[in-house]
Amino acid sequence: MLAFVLRRLAQAFFVIAAMLVIVFFGVNVVGDPIYMLISPEMDQQQIAETARALGLDRPIWEQFLVFLKNAAQGDLGRSFVHGESAIKLILSRMPATLELAFVALVLAVVIGLPLGLYAGLKPESRLSRFIMAVSILGFSLPTFWVGLMLILTFAVSLGWLPATGRGPTVSIFGLDTSLLSLKGWQHVALPAFNLALLKISLVIRLARAGAREAALMDYVKFARAKGLSQSRIIGVHILKNIMIPIVTVLGLEFGSLVAFSVVTETIFAWPGMGRLLLEAITRLDRPVIVAYVMVVVVLFVTINLLVDLIYSALDPRVRLTEATS
Amino acid sequence: MSDAALPSAAAQPPAAPAKEETPFRRFVRSFVEDRLALFGLALFILIVLLAIAAPLIAPQNPYDLASVDVMDSRQPPGSVSGEGFTMWLGSDGVGRDLLSGILYGLRISLMVGAFSGILAASIGAAIGLIAAYAGGRTENAIMRLVDLQLSLPSVLVALILVAGLGKGVDKIIIALVMVQWAYYARTVRGSALVERRKEYVEAAQSLGLSHARTVFRHILPNCLAPVIVIVTVQTAHAISLEATLSFLGVGLPQTEPSLGVLIANGFQYMLSGSYWISVFPGFALLMTIVSINLVGDRLRDVLNPRLEK
Repeated sequence: MLAFVLRRLAQAFFVIAAMLVIVFFGVNVVGDPIYMLISPEMDQQQIAETARALGLDRPIWEQFLVFLKNAAQGDLGRSFVHGESAIKLILSRMPATLELAFVALVLAVVIGLPLGLYAGLKPESRLSRFIMAVSILGFSLPTFWVGLMLILTFAVSLGWLPATGRGPTVSIFGLDTSLLSLKGWQHVALPAFNLALLKISLVIRLARAGAREAALMDYVKFARAKGLSQSRIIGVHILKNIMIPIVTVLGLEFGSLVAFSVVTETIFAWPGMGRLLLEAITRLDRPVIVAYVMVVVVLFVTINLLVDLIYSALDPRVRLTEATS
Repeated sequence: MSDAALPSAAAQPPAAPAKEETPFRRFVRSFVEDRLALFGLALFILIVLLAIAAPLIAPQNPYDLASVDVMDSRQPPGSVSGEGFTMWLGSDGVGRDLLSGILYGLRISLMVGAFSGILAASIGAAIGLIAAYAGGRTENAIMRLVDLQLSLPSVLVALILVAGLGKGVDKIIIALVMVQWAYYARTVRGSALVERRKEYVEAAQSLGLSHARTVFRHILPNCLAPVIVIVTVQTAHAISLEATLSFLGVGLPQTEPSLGVLIANGFQYMLSGSYWISVFPGFALLMTIVSINLVGDRLRDVLNPRLEK
């Protein structure tokens, strides 16, 4: 087990290191950010001074070494535009994004699970077919367009919910959240639903497949023979067994929710780190782009590592096949 | 709507009696069994025809600035333009007829999707074949790279790539190819590993055929079925991804107005009630993606040997 953990840790470290190299060179070989930062009135000397102040006049490999040295100390550079530490900037926007992703995840389970269960237990019914057709649509619909339609319907036409922005935040235990007020929930409802849409379809499919399989199992037949109520069979016996794969997949999908929030945050003007990334891309603010990617990659690698370790602890076959291959 | 679609659907070989059924006929027969997939195919062919014929059927050339009048801007659907033709879907912020804009936009969206799909399939399949045939360290290195890329969400990878590459049709296609190739490489490697152990490969090798000929002439054709399925799904995905990037303002420039650019242009007017500028290009995008996905879904069922009765 220890060997497995160590190997996985080494792999995770390798992935982060590889991404660091790829992203730094990928972002830095193109475009010259100095022209975005200077005003037209500046003369050559002033331009050269600005470049020197930002370290942009040195050769790329030297910039990379400086970057590596600072990265080891947790400093990924200063934003060209905001003048603040890039990593601090990202982390200050992170709670808003995590809040959005978390609400979306909860929505995916709360909406997807009952629909998927129903479709799995009554596969022939009309409603089940309708649910599955809608879930195919959920996979096909481009997220950004659904976001526009949500704004058009619920904000512009009906006027029920606000179209953009985040509600007032309250700080508890050092974390800012807008989920403690009604206004905050009104603001989070549309973007969270928009972000959840793909995952709702995913949960429906997983729950349906799981329920169809579980319904044929002996323990379900036995529970029925014992005369247990239908709701107890579904709620306790089936649900418990299909939740394992669903929780695993959703854990892995949390990272993709954070990544997809770039689109949703832009549409709904949600002040998270996805919107920060997009601003950074349009303004060629390299340190922020690099910092964003590194934060997300670390998030991904950590989640994958945790899932792997938990899995191998629960199921020894995983680490045994790894060792032989 | 079905005018253009009917002949093409009828042109499919009819369901032949089971007497001397070739694999292709069997494939066609089981494909057409599903009405929804047939509808998807007809819709897709119609969309492609509309896109190809855009210069002939569009009431206006949206690139031709002389024919665009600012007086016509933000007219609701059905109003008549300054030049006298009816703008069935209204006009956009600078006075272009929206229907014409959509027809021309479809051309760009479909072209980007098709090019990136074909390129990604060719490159990915070649890499997957090489991995399976070479084995050892080459295979390990390639598959690690594939795993690394597939563990990151495509939107994020594409965003970072366009941040580096910049705007433009060619750059978007490069970004989309780099996002997609790994899917093909993984799938082709999987089926090539199985094919590699079969006797016909051994026969080809003992005949003294070159490695290239064995791989591309003998193994490749037997790995194509899953590739066809992924091409459909991934092309739909590429079209959607391009639209997303363009909507975010990091994809195609205003001079190449794909559907995503049109939707982005309409976004600013949406809150003030001019809904049609975003909604109609969105419908066109939706129809395109859904029609391809319907075909792809059926192809997956038909070509999957595990589901054969």
